[in-house]
Amino acid sequence: MADVIVIGGGIHGCSAAFHLARRGVSVQLIEKDTIGRHASGVNAGGVRQIFRALPEIPLSIAAMRLWERIEDLLDDDCGFVAQGHLFVAENDAELEQLKARRDTIVAAGFDHEELIGASELRGLVPALAGHCVGALISRRDGAALPFHTVQAFRRQMRRLGVGVAEETRVTALRRTSSVWAVETAQGDRFEAPVVVNTAGAWGAAVAAQVGERVEMQAVAPMLMISERVAPFLSQVISAAVAPLSFKQFANGTVLIGGGYEGRAHPDVNRTDLDFRKLSRNAKTVYDLFPVMRGARIIRAWAGIEGRMSDGIPVIGPSQAETGLFHAFGFSAHGFQLGPIVGSIVADLIIDGTTELPIDAFSIRRFNASEAGSRPGYSAGI
Amino acid sequence: MFRRLPETYQGWVSLTIDGGVCVGREGDSVAALLLEAGYAACRNSAVSGEPRGPYCMMGVCFECLVEIDGIANRQACLVPIAEGMKVETGAGRRKVTP
Amino acid sequence: MKRLASVDDLPASCDLAIIGAGPAGLAAAAAAAECGLHVLVLDENPEPGGQIYRGLGAAPASRRQILGRDYERGDSLLSGMLGSTASYLSGATVWMASRDLEIGVSKDGMSRIIGARRILLATGALERPFPILGWTLPGVLTAGAAQGLLKSSGMVPQGPFVLAGTGPLLWLLASQLIAAEAPPLAILDTTLLATRSSVVGALPAFLASPYLLKGLRLMRSVRRKVRVIGGVTELRALGEGHLRSVAYRVGRGKTETINVEGLFLHQGIAPNVNMASAAGCDLAWDRVQLCWKPVTDSWGRSSVPGISIAGDGAGISGAEAAAGFGRLCGLDAAARLGRISEAERDERALPARRELSRYARGRRLLDLMFQPPDTFRRASPDAIVCRCEEITGRQVTEIVADFGEVGPNQLKSYLRCGMGPCQGRLCGLTVTEMIAAERNVSPSEVGYYRLRFPIKPVTLAEIATLPHDDDDVRAVVRG
Repeated sequence: MADVIVIGGGIHGCSAAFHLARRGVSVQLIEKDTIGRHASGVNAGGVRQIFRALPEIPLSIAAMRLWERIEDLLDDDCGFVAQGHLFVAENDAELEQLKARRDTIVAAGFDHEELIGASELRGLVPALAGHCVGALISRRDGAALPFHTVQAFRRQMRRLGVGVAEETRVTALRRTSSVWAVETAQGDRFEAPVVVNTAGAWGAAVAAQVGERVEMQAVAPMLMISERVAPFLSQVISAAVAPLSFKQFANGTVLIGGGYEGRAHPDVNRTDLDFRKLSRNAKTVYDLFPVMRGARIIRAWAGIEGRMSDGIPVIGPSQAETGLFHAFGFSAHGFQLGPIVGSIVADLIIDGTTELPIDAFSIRRFNASEAGSRPGYSAGI
Repeated sequence: MFRRLPETYQGWVSLTIDGGVCVGREGDSVAALLLEAGYAACRNSAVSGEPRGPYCMMGVCFECLVEIDGIANRQACLVPIAEGMKVETGAGRRKVTP
Repeated sequence: MKRLASVDDLPASCDLAIIGAGPAGLAAAAAAAECGLHVLVLDENPEPGGQIYRGLGAAPASRRQILGRDYERGDSLLSGMLGSTASYLSGATVWMASRDLEIGVSKDGMSRIIGARRILLATGALERPFPILGWTLPGVLTAGAAQGLLKSSGMVPQGPFVLAGTGPLLWLLASQLIAAEAPPLAILDTTLLATRSSVVGALPAFLASPYLLKGLRLMRSVRRKVRVIGGVTELRALGEGHLRSVAYRVGRGKTETINVEGLFLHQGIAPNVNMASAAGCDLAWDRVQLCWKPVTDSWGRSSVPGISIAGDGAGISGAEAAAGFGRLCGLDAAARLGRISEAERDERALPARRELSRYARGRRLLDLMFQPPDTFRRASPDAIVCRCEEITGRQVTEIVADFGEVGPNQLKSYLRCGMGPCQGRLCGLTVTEMIAAERNVSPSEVGYYRLRFPIKPVTLAEIATLPHDDDDVRAVVRG
């Protein structure tokens, strides 16, 4: 019998298993498909601190310190490149919004987001359309390769003796007097004193097994990738208002995202694309990066992600049972947090506490007696 | 690499390949004309730079990519030749014009 | 037939959208239009005919003579569509045909999304990959490419060349090139004698089929004029920057070399499943034809309601069978849309069904006889598996060793194998079979690349300028 069962083999589950195993805990990870099959393996790979909801910032900063030594941690550079992440403003009104964001951050005691003007912007991003007036930049931010990152965690897990059961879907989670009993569709039964719920878009279903309610939707954020284009961009680009996530990889391909949603069908592992929305996304790039106009889009896709109603994840102990810990619902911005979330989960399990402030992420916020007493955490507020 | 069979006369079409005048017949695809004009290779791979040329002649392999009338990376086997067309070979990574 | 000029001419919707104007698409268009359906045919090529009837409309008499009588059978299919009420847009790349029955079409740098009440995928087949060392050298093409050049431009290979591989198309091409007085130096035949029991089992049906006499006559006449080297077990294309020679071995004999300027490869064809797969149609592995086929019922209906599949795109069955099945699908569409009753559909379908069973007879033996040997279905360590991304056989086998129970999609994410513009059309089968061989499981268990739209590249500008209405963007997740 393992010490801990981890349900869900995306980046957060693998990170949790890794951090636990490093500290001598025996772990059994159960994944309904294959490691990194869903959101963790197919996202835009953004490794950013910029424009996060305030409660996430301390975690993001701690995660960034791990990213900056990711090769030491995982024996793999995960394709991490940090040339900065910018949110560009196309006019003065948008620049005002970015200024307001900067003020909020500074007031909260953080200084990683800076405002820059048109001339520095043009120097950093020469391919950007001339009408842009300025930007908010976080210079240490960047991007990595999501599937490679998860596989790097997988290799370390294997090295540390973590048991991995893929193509194994949890159907029931029940607490007996001293242990959890986990049953699967494949007919297995696993037991352990502690369970970690890192089941992503399926995390709500796992929480529901112990009667814990959350407000989460399975969504399908869409992405497009281009053919190889001669290098013209080294930073990650977003826009102040229009949804955009735009970056060029070392091999020249350009990734376009931003959060436009297709349709998710989590029960059958399927997403449907919406080309009218992709058209809006493409139009934003068309306006901001004229050099991309003739570039060919080779493929579009969408993973299955869990989006919480308030835009921030669930992290922390279950409020219904002892020995159950949640880390799911990262609402399309969990990748960068992956390395630190696993460490937080390990702290909670082994030490009973963690140094980083995680109260805002508690699952209890969905079971508060007064409905509507919960603040909205969309970015920038 | 290919030659024409002696057949009854059809409309001739003149165009340029890499700046040089080339004459083809109505109904030729750009790739067919390239092969007849001796271009077994029409580009360099964007990955390694090795020379590549038409392979399937039916639009599935994406090897016969050339620039036609200013538009890069067009599948030459799917484009019928036209009078005055400008074909440029050798586009590997899609060039970015500022 | 109404010939449209641009995507602006496309109707916002139609009864039946047919993708592909090969024999299946042509026959379906005529049959459906006859029943009063509003039919739209979309095809990538400048003229209808698909691969098999490529160039038929403009082919001079001397070329028809060379190509043979089977080529001319396409005349009635072409005139069937020309004389119908169907609309037709040529040079149109269909990059999407979704389960919502929406179709993304691109022509001359402009794209549109239109709707249809039913969709027929008639996208045909493509040549099986043939990943020998050096297959990416300029000067190496498929046998289908050579045949297409003969059909559309009356061109034949110049300089010394050989044909290599297995399959009826190789023999047909050889006979056509001989008729055109441009014979190959040799045919390097990789055909294996299939296991006795499977061949014997399929023999009676073959003897009663239309293929037998035609095929035997063809092979005999080719053997009289061209050197055929049978039992080839190794093949390599050699040269620096261009094909210079082909090296081969017969059995375990010594390696021989032939100096050539052209090498035309063929080891069968496989359904082009990219559109069907991206639309969500279930695929199944065919253990005899060694390829993926969409799952369809006796009327060609796929697992996605509203999408039917006909012709070689549903399973390799030849041009005549493709036309027959196309006709069935056209009639079925009319019945599904209530234009004719099911009884009337069944009645009108009888002649086509009879033809189909005639052509199905003997197909199995052909498939068994010409099964490409497994060594040629996999790539050696130094040979390229994925041409677009230049991934070698060694890279594929190493990843399988590292991951263990891996599938093509993890390989793709990790190595970029299958991520190029061809979207796995030239590497997918090789990858599935190599993984299956390394893991010692069936290809069926391994699966295939997960394909998505656009199934052919579309420019950013085209996607950005897709016409759309205002109630689009709802829940946007700031990621």
